[in-house]
Amino acid sequence: MTSTSTQADEINYLNHQKGIWSWLTTLDHKRIGILYMITVLTFFLIGGIFAMLLRVELFATGKNIMSAAQYNQVMTFHGAIMVFMVIIPGIPAFLGNFILPLHIGAKDVAFPKLNLLSWYCLVVGAVIAVSSLLYGGVDTGWTFYTPYSIHTNNGTTFVVIGAFVMGFSSILTGLNFIVTVHKLRAPGMTFWRMPLFVWALYSTAVIQILATPILAITLLLIAAERILGVGIFDPALGGDPILFQHFFWFYSHPAVYIMILPAMGIVTELITTFSRKVIFGYKAIALSSVGIAAVSFFVWGHHLFVSGQSELAGIIFSFITMLVGVPTAIKVFNWTATMYKGSIQFSSPMLFALGFLFLFTIGGVTGIILATIAVDVRFHDTYFVVAHFHYVMVGGTLMAIMGGIYYWLPKIFGRMYSEFWARITWVLIFIGFNVAFFPQFVLGAMGMPRRYYDYLPQYASLNRISSVGSWTIGLGFFIALGVIIYAITKGKKAPANPWGGKTLEWTIASPPPHENFLIEPIITAGPYEYR
Amino acid sequence: MSTANTHTHTSHLAHHFQNLEHQFAAAKLGIWLFLCTEILMFGGLFVGYVIYHGIYQEMFAEGAKHLDWHLGAINTVVLLLSSFTMATGVHFAQKNESSRSLLALGATVICGLIFMIIKYFEYTHKFHLGLEPGRFFHFQGAEHSNLALYFSFYFLMTGLHGVHVLVGLGLIIWVMFRTRCGDFDANYYTAVECVGLFWHLVDLIWIYLFPLLYLVG
Amino acid sequence: MNQSEHHIVPIKTYFKVFISLLLLTLLTVVVARPVSGFDAGIFNAFIAFAIATLKASLVLAFFMGLKYDKKQNLVIFLAGVFFVIIMFAFCILDIYSRIQVTGSL
Repeated sequence: MTSTSTQADEINYLNHQKGIWSWLTTLDHKRIGILYMITVLTFFLIGGIFAMLLRVELFATGKNIMSAAQYNQVMTFHGAIMVFMVIIPGIPAFLGNFILPLHIGAKDVAFPKLNLLSWYCLVVGAVIAVSSLLYGGVDTGWTFYTPYSIHTNNGTTFVVIGAFVMGFSSILTGLNFIVTVHKLRAPGMTFWRMPLFVWALYSTAVIQILATPILAITLLLIAAERILGVGIFDPALGGDPILFQHFFWFYSHPAVYIMILPAMGIVTELITTFSRKVIFGYKAIALSSVGIAAVSFFVWGHHLFVSGQSELAGIIFSFITMLVGVPTAIKVFNWTATMYKGSIQFSSPMLFALGFLFLFTIGGVTGIILATIAVDVRFHDTYFVVAHFHYVMVGGTLMAIMGGIYYWLPKIFGRMYSEFWARITWVLIFIGFNVAFFPQFVLGAMGMPRRYYDYLPQYASLNRISSVGSWTIGLGFFIALGVIIYAITKGKKAPANPWGGKTLEWTIASPPPHENFLIEPIITAGPYEYR
Repeated sequence: MSTANTHTHTSHLAHHFQNLEHQFAAAKLGIWLFLCTEILMFGGLFVGYVIYHGIYQEMFAEGAKHLDWHLGAINTVVLLLSSFTMATGVHFAQKNESSRSLLALGATVICGLIFMIIKYFEYTHKFHLGLEPGRFFHFQGAEHSNLALYFSFYFLMTGLHGVHVLVGLGLIIWVMFRTRCGDFDANYYTAVECVGLFWHLVDLIWIYLFPLLYLVG
Repeated sequence: MNQSEHHIVPIKTYFKVFISLLLLTLLTVVVARPVSGFDAGIFNAFIAFAIATLKASLVLAFFMGLKYDKKQNLVIFLAGVFFVIIMFAFCILDIYSRIQVTGSL
């Protein structure tokens, strides 16, 4: 660290050991969090560039910059990278790793070695997945639907195995967090005194433990189909391709909540801190996290409405899917109620939290629309679905990640960023996002199918608007990267508690000392004691 | 290990735990969570097996006829015995009798090896007959179509289980090595306990695999 | 610092459990149709499954020590089993209601 000269007298987790080797073998949850940060941001950059390329191709009808086969590959890599390497590890493994032990007053996570191992699993899995490019790449979409994925080019096997290895990363992180929350809370830190971010991470960890193994076996089965031709998902050999979709979505639907639940946790922290007010409905928010996690396992069939699933199963899944709206709405109402009569500070993290609230609500409500079978038959595999899940994943999760990074950056690196430029990034991302994805709702309603390389002339103008929006988002994230790097290297020194936060991480120095708490904290009250 | 801890076993105690008891409880919770993921992973295969068994009952019965239930039964007994010796191994570790513990763990390894050897003969016999999984299936005289699907399940389930047996054997040998080095005693035997739990899980899965694969009719 | 509160199960108990497991294995084999010709119709699979579950419970309770353990670990284990059952239930619901309509997969 070149910056240590200015703070030579302070020993913290960043400078108590030096050299690249001390980072690659570190067992400190804070340093592992930073390893994850670098990994996730790198993949986010790659996945983002793929997204830009897709939008360039879709800027006008016909061939623009790539062939149809290349388009399928770019689309698949965009999806797979963003899901498996960015959003799933994004919050739990990066911010969660750093913040969770601080939030509950622990010195580290329960199993530091497993924590490091899980980072290596992510990296090794990612390398295996990317090496598929040497074997013809992969063009199945991130969902690997059979029977196509059994018969397409050889790269698929590598991506599938890579995702399998990355699944271990997810499982080990979840396992670590559950044990940490159960066993390493500081004295007096009861479950009802934990910050709500911890509740969200805990619920996420439960999903990671219970859902990811099914992904593991599903991916192994695809590999077995490709190598041995086992026929379990191949109708020609007596198998059932729809069973694959059941297996896949048994993981991948709960995985959607692996992506969004921690984001909700971050937003809860941001809203209560920047409203200077006790969170409204603490227990309701905590339990609704658990509720979402529980319901998430009973709804996967809504991805199969038009796949040939039986009508009876469809109706049941449709009904249960709508139930997800209940705990989600509880959260949204509680956040709104928290802000009511609070003294709100519109700092950049809060702006991202408000952006989340606005965009996620649109994403969530369109989800209810899609849960209705009759409507879904019309909208399935159109851009309406694409817009819906980007509103949840980008408008929800990525907004929360950005808010979380700005919120905790002073704690993580002990440096302040430029508030002005941070707000500029918010404006670009928020506006660019709506310009990019709102037209896609309209396109979907008009009937434009998703994943297609080309489109009919009547969709041209809206696609153009969408492409311009996507580049605006890209610019926003690019500036944000600059803001972050500038802050880390040249930012002015951050105080221990720049936002007036009440949770435990703000009681220690920025950046935190190696063992987090010099004196073990003793907790006597809830996490958000404003007023 | 910067925390000054005056107790005897500080070398085993990581800095973020209060004492060995605390650390043991955390490890135990962790291993049970891991076993839960194992249950779910095998569960996926079981779900597939039971569904197709329900749809193609006669074909599955024909497939089971090609398996030798004697060998399956012997393997069941061998694995149950290994589970028993594993449990005694942990028992002796708890009582600080490391040489007896070592003996019991060695017996477990031998049982595991016998299991794998029998599996090897079963597999090569199947390969010899052409009863291979999926596209390599070339057995002549199948009475039902898609008999290959049964053997796909047979090889996937026993194969995944076999991999777990091999991993378990590796872990037990590692624990034996550490026992020999005198790493464990009545206060610290976390690794023995956790490897034991893993080994019992391997046994547990076989308890279901045996009737499902060999005895369906 | 000592782990005296850990329950040490006597070898005798383990041995009894082992013998019970062997007897139950014998029972599974004896009631299996391919072996003895014993046929309880549709209950064949059910009986085999019930015996296996009994054996599994013995292993869990004694060898794996759940009987003496914190309830927490039992809950974790049952959660795993429960979610396998959930997955099974919904898959079977779909596939069988589909077969009833179309006659095949």
